[in-house]
Amino acid sequence: MTDTTPNRQKLSLAKGLNAGLRKAMEDDPKVVLMGEDVGKLGGVFRITEGLQKDFGEDRVIDTPLAESGIVGTAIGLALRGYRPVVEIQFDGFIYPAFDQIISQVAKMHARSLGHLRMPLVIRVPYGGGIGAVEHHSESNEAYFAHTAGLRTVTCADPADAYWMIQQAIASDDPVMFYEPKRRYHERAEVEIDEAAGAPLGLHTARVARAGSDLTLVTYGPMVKTCLDAAAAASAEGKSLEVIDLRSLSPLDTPTIMESARKTGRVVVVHEASTFLGMGAEIAAQVQRDCFYSLEAPVLRVGGYNIPYPPSRYEEDFLPDLDRILDSVDQALAF
Amino acid sequence: MHDDAMDSAPTGVPNSVRHHETVVDSPMEHDITDGGPDMVQFVDGEGNRLPTSAANEAYAQIVEDMTSEDARSMYRDLVLVRRVDAEGHALQRQGELGLWPSLLGQEAAQVGAGRAMRAQDYAFPGYREHGVAWCRGVPPENLLGMFRGVNHGGWDSNEHNFHLYTIVIGNQMLHATGYAMGIQRDGDVGTGDDARDAAVMAFTGDGGTAQGDFNEALVFAGVANAPLVFFVQNNQWAISEPNYKQFRIPPYQRARGFGFPGVRVDGNDVLAVYAVTKAALDAARAGQGPTLIEAFTYRMGAHTTSDDPTKYRIATEVDIWREKDPIKRMRGFMTTKGHADEAFFDAVDAEADELAARIRVACQQMPDPAKPHMFDDIYVDEHPVVEQEKADFIAYHSSFADAEGAR
Repeated sequence: MTDTTPNRQKLSLAKGLNAGLRKAMEDDPKVVLMGEDVGKLGGVFRITEGLQKDFGEDRVIDTPLAESGIVGTAIGLALRGYRPVVEIQFDGFIYPAFDQIISQVAKMHARSLGHLRMPLVIRVPYGGGIGAVEHHSESNEAYFAHTAGLRTVTCADPADAYWMIQQAIASDDPVMFYEPKRRYHERAEVEIDEAAGAPLGLHTARVARAGSDLTLVTYGPMVKTCLDAAAAASAEGKSLEVIDLRSLSPLDTPTIMESARKTGRVVVVHEASTFLGMGAEIAAQVQRDCFYSLEAPVLRVGGYNIPYPPSRYEEDFLPDLDRILDSVDQALAF
Repeated sequence: MHDDAMDSAPTGVPNSVRHHETVVDSPMEHDITDGGPDMVQFVDGEGNRLPTSAANEAYAQIVEDMTSEDARSMYRDLVLVRRVDAEGHALQRQGELGLWPSLLGQEAAQVGAGRAMRAQDYAFPGYREHGVAWCRGVPPENLLGMFRGVNHGGWDSNEHNFHLYTIVIGNQMLHATGYAMGIQRDGDVGTGDDARDAAVMAFTGDGGTAQGDFNEALVFAGVANAPLVFFVQNNQWAISEPNYKQFRIPPYQRARGFGFPGVRVDGNDVLAVYAVTKAALDAARAGQGPTLIEAFTYRMGAHTTSDDPTKYRIATEVDIWREKDPIKRMRGFMTTKGHADEAFFDAVDAEADELAARIRVACQQMPDPAKPHMFDDIYVDEHPVVEQEKADFIAYHSSFADAEGAR
């Protein structure tokens, strides 16, 4: 970590999360972290490193190895007035907790007619590209974005990691917080001006790069890939705008539509399988709202409609620069 | 089990109700009419006070300390709760409710457990805990909303320390465990202050013991030494599935494997249930960790108004349990002991009739909620999608009103 000014730090995405969690715990004694191995080990990705040492075992809770139990007890703690932040070790391990999230976390506020709140954050390291074994590389955000009562967000860079995790914890709604695990170690300068607060709202999309010929709509681990693609396209004289959604539910629809109307061409990029993925929703909304502005059909670039393959295939499974630019060319050819 | 209790056990039980005969190599006998020698019991089927036994001696003082007024008050609860249940059932049959899960036969289990709780304790019910709700002060008419389809729970959990009903079997066992972990973190356990120390009760049925969440709750509670009492109402049937298709050892024996005590209590003996639950809650509040109580009882009616128990169980079994009726038993005990006279019992019956009439009127007068309210309370923070849908919904429905007005 290199301090440049008191308000700027060069952080990795992982360290941004760690610093954000630390700040949230310092600000509110009701914030507790829970999960498998989050204590002494600091989590398998070291996101909670050092926090148990500084905040104690009552606030950084090493849990038994049982995901439904982790989320279910977090619900009880939230009902008692705590603000639990749960770590699911890997994307593919969230399914045992699916019932508690869908049946209870998402519905508690509504079924109690507003009496009860679920200020609960469920952190999910997600996505592929790290050469992992099965169940360690999935992008299952659409299941949760589909469920009313949850908010589903994802950070893409160290600044968003630092700020969004704090905003998610501060929210009185339950938040599914997706972390792009292959970007954990990418570093950037982060503005940490506590007085000014977070530069963007938790549910605001961001224009990550301005452009005029076509809009790439993306989020999480694909933001960097899309920015790289836009840079490559620029060398060929094509001006691509890149939108980092940040929030998958609710979607910041106005930001998407404004860009679609401006460029007239939209390609949605994500790692998850395209069938019924986030791209399907975005394509449907863009054609509904921007039909007369469109110069080409909305295209999607995503994972194929197969289970996440063994890692020797993932270079071909995951969207890369070539596949993105190929779709860009298709859209521009209309 | 001592001799007196043996006297109260049913005799001449036909083999057909001894379900173990259909199980190959079963390690236990599944006599669903006899709780066995470990079962804590204080009053026999005729209402006679049983002498001290190995099973009940640890709880005897709690029963001794109870007054005639306690007995009368408990009896009143049993009768009123049964009447609430009967009215719920009738209202369903008359089309006022879409569904009703009856607690008939389980009044003593629920009233005994509910009354052992202190105001600061917290209950996490399934969906059949009308008797516990009663003891926590939830107005019984408030239970009807979800079964009428106007809401998913018509009470403020934190006003009564009684969580909303949970339909997905077993989910609430983990919520209770987490809540108990919160009590620990608040320091509200083991202080010795009776007004401060708190515990949680988690309710489920015998069917719920098969769920992963039930077992994960026992793991978490045991590891955390949480101030928690798991209360399993073993009413012998999980919809149409008998116990021998649910487990190979009784639920109370399972607690040992998770590192804390399990107790089986006669769930039709309100004094026994009260004493066992009070002891478990006292231990939990004192920081001694969880207990699993299995209340051995019977669901006299259907699982809910949607099923037909004559398709899966025999009448003989129901007849045997009718003889163990918790209200009849308590009344016999009180009469024998001189705790109450006929005038008291008549007055309670009259009060039950008045309560039933009140519930009926409240149910029939329960208004349908204003339709745009279905978009409310989905989120706390601003949510443009839901807000837009609500606006569109109101505009759409207003268009009909305008058309009507124009005509």
